[in-house]
Amino acid sequence: MATQSLMRRLPPVSVMIAGLVLAIMLVLVVFAPLIAPMDPRDVSSYSLIDMEIPPAFMDGGDPRFLLGTDNQGRDLVSVILFGLRISVVIGLGAVLFAAALGVVLGLIAGFFGGLVDGIVMRIADVLVSFPTILVALLISGIARAQLSAETMLTWAPLVLIFSIAVNEWVQYARTVRASTMVEVARDYVRAAKVIGLPPGRIMGRHILPNVMSSVMVIATINLAGAILTEATLSFLGAGMPPTYPSLGTLIRIGNQFLFSGLWWIAVMPAAVLVILVLAVNVIGDYLRDRFNPKLMAR
Amino acid sequence: MLRLLSVRLLQAALVMLAVTAIAFVMFRFVGDPVASMVREGATQAEKDALRLALGLDKPILTQFFDFVGQVLTGNLGTSFRYQQPVVNLLLSRLPATLELVIVATFLALAIGIPLGVLCALKPNSFLSRLTQATTLVGISMPTFVTGLLLILVFAVNLRWLPSSGRGDLVDLGLWKTGFLTLSGLKSLILPSITLALFQLTLIMRLVRSEMIDVLSSDYIRFAFARGLPRAYIYGRLALRNALMPVVTVTGLQIGQLVAFAIVTETVFQWPGMGLLFTNAVGYPDVPVLAAYLLFVGFLFVMINMVVDILYTFIDPRLRTR
Repeated sequence: MATQSLMRRLPPVSVMIAGLVLAIMLVLVVFAPLIAPMDPRDVSSYSLIDMEIPPAFMDGGDPRFLLGTDNQGRDLVSVILFGLRISVVIGLGAVLFAAALGVVLGLIAGFFGGLVDGIVMRIADVLVSFPTILVALLISGIARAQLSAETMLTWAPLVLIFSIAVNEWVQYARTVRASTMVEVARDYVRAAKVIGLPPGRIMGRHILPNVMSSVMVIATINLAGAILTEATLSFLGAGMPPTYPSLGTLIRIGNQFLFSGLWWIAVMPAAVLVILVLAVNVIGDYLRDRFNPKLMAR
Repeated sequence: MLRLLSVRLLQAALVMLAVTAIAFVMFRFVGDPVASMVREGATQAEKDALRLALGLDKPILTQFFDFVGQVLTGNLGTSFRYQQPVVNLLLSRLPATLELVIVATFLALAIGIPLGVLCALKPNSFLSRLTQATTLVGISMPTFVTGLLLILVFAVNLRWLPSSGRGDLVDLGLWKTGFLTLSGLKSLILPSITLALFQLTLIMRLVRSEMIDVLSSDYIRFAFARGLPRAYIYGRLALRNALMPVVTVTGLQIGQLVAFAIVTETVFQWPGMGLLFTNAVGYPDVPVLAAYLLFVGFLFVMINMVVDILYTFIDPRLRTR
C-alpha cells in the first residue's frame, strides 16, 4: 500500500525524463562558459582551418567537435551552449515581465472593478486578438526604424522581451482578475478593508498569495511559447543579431548553408530548441492537469 | 436585436479607429519619412519640398484626419523600399497568400478530422497512440523548423520538390494563380503542409475531445439501443455535433493562421503578404508595416464581429442580454 501511494504521488516517467532534461539544460546554461570547449566570441579560439567539419559521428568528423563546426570553424557545441543561454534568458525574461505586468493589472482590475476594470480588459481584448508574433514583429520593425544599428545591438534582448511580453500579459491578467474578484468578496479581504489597510497592501499581502498558484502554472506553459516566439523572431531576422546569436539566430545562419549540404549547422541548434521546448511543454501540461484542471481549455 | 447589432458595430468602429491611430503614429513618427524617401545626398531644399509635398508641416490632428480620409479611399502611402503604392503591393501579393492558406486549411481539415475521430473511437489502437505522441512533438516543433526539415529532406536530399517561390503562374487578369501549372502545384506542396501542421494538431485534438463528449451523451446511447448501424451513428449523429465547435474554432484561428503564414512564407520565400511584411520589418519599410497592421486589424475586427453576430442567430439565449 505504501509503495502504491508513493507511486501515485510520483509524476509519470515522461514528466520525470522531461524534468531531468530540463535540469541538465539549466546546468549547461548556467555554467556554459566553464563547460563549452571554446568561447565563440573569442576570435583567437577558433580558426578557418576547422571550418565546415561534420559532426563527430559522421565520416570526416573530428572528435574535437562533437556536433561539427560552422562556416567560420567554430565548434557547434560551444556556439549552441551560448545560444541556448541567450534563448533561455530571453524566454524567462519575457515570462517574468509578462507575469509581473499581468498580475499587477489583473489585481487592480479585479480589486477596483468599474471603469478601471473596463479599460484594462478592453485593451486586453484588442491586444489578444492580434497574434503575438505579429505584434512582436511590428514592435521590432518600429524599434529598428527608431534606433540606430549599434543601439539595436545592445537593446535587442530588451526589445525582444518587451515585444513578446506585450501580448502575453493578457492571460495572467484575465486569470488573476477572475480570482481576485472571488477573493475580494471573502471575509478576510473585507476585514482587511474594515481595519483600514491601504489597497496596495491588501492586494500584495492578502490577495496575491492566494492567486499565485495559477500564475505559476500559466508561467510554465507560457515559457515554452516565449522561447518559441523568440526563436521564430530571431529566425525571421527580427531578433538577436548574429554577434549575440540565440538558437533562432543560429538556425537562421545555418539555413543559408542548407543547400551546400552543411545541414548540421541548422539542424543541431534546431534539435536543441525542439528538445528544450518539448521538455517545458511536458512539464507544463503535467502541472496544468495536476494543479489547475480549470485551465484545461486554453 | 437591432440594438445589439449597433452596439457591436460601434465597438468594431472604435477598435478600428484605435488601430488606425497606431498606424498613423507609425507613419508619422517612426523614423523620418523624408530621410527614407529622398535620394542619397539630397539638398536641404529638396528635403523641404518633399516635407511640404507630404503635408508634414500641417497640425497633427489635421494630418490624422487627412490620414483617415486617405485610408478610407484606399490610399495607404508609398513603400519606402519599392517606391510603389502600398495598396498595389498588398493586392499583388494577396493571391499567393490566399492560395496557400486555402490549401493548408483544406489539408488540415481533411487529415485532422479523420485522425481526431479515430483517436476518439479507438483510443488504444497503435495509430491513435502514434498520432497522440506525434501531436505533442508537433506542438513543440516551431513552424520554421518543420519547414526547414521538409526543405532538407524533399528539396535538398531527394530533389523532388522546389524549396522556394511559386513556380510558373497563370495570369487570370487580376489574379495570378499557381493552381493551373504542374510547377505551381509542386511549389505549393511543402509550404501548405508546413502551414497545415499546426492547425492539424489543433483540429485533431478538438475533434477527439468533442467526439468523446458526444459519444457519452444520451441520444447516442439511445441510438445504439435502437440498433442503428454504427457507421450511421458515428458519421451522421455524433460527428455532425462534434464538428460545430470545430467550425467556430477554425474561424477564430484565422488570426493565428495569418501569423503562421508570415513564418511559412519567409521560410519558403513564398511571395505573399507575409513575406512582404517580414522584409518590411528588416528594411524597415514603415508604410508597409502600418498598412499591414491596418489590413490585419480590419480582418480580425470583421471576423470577430461576424462570429459574434452569427452566435446570436444560432443561440437565441444571447439575444436577450
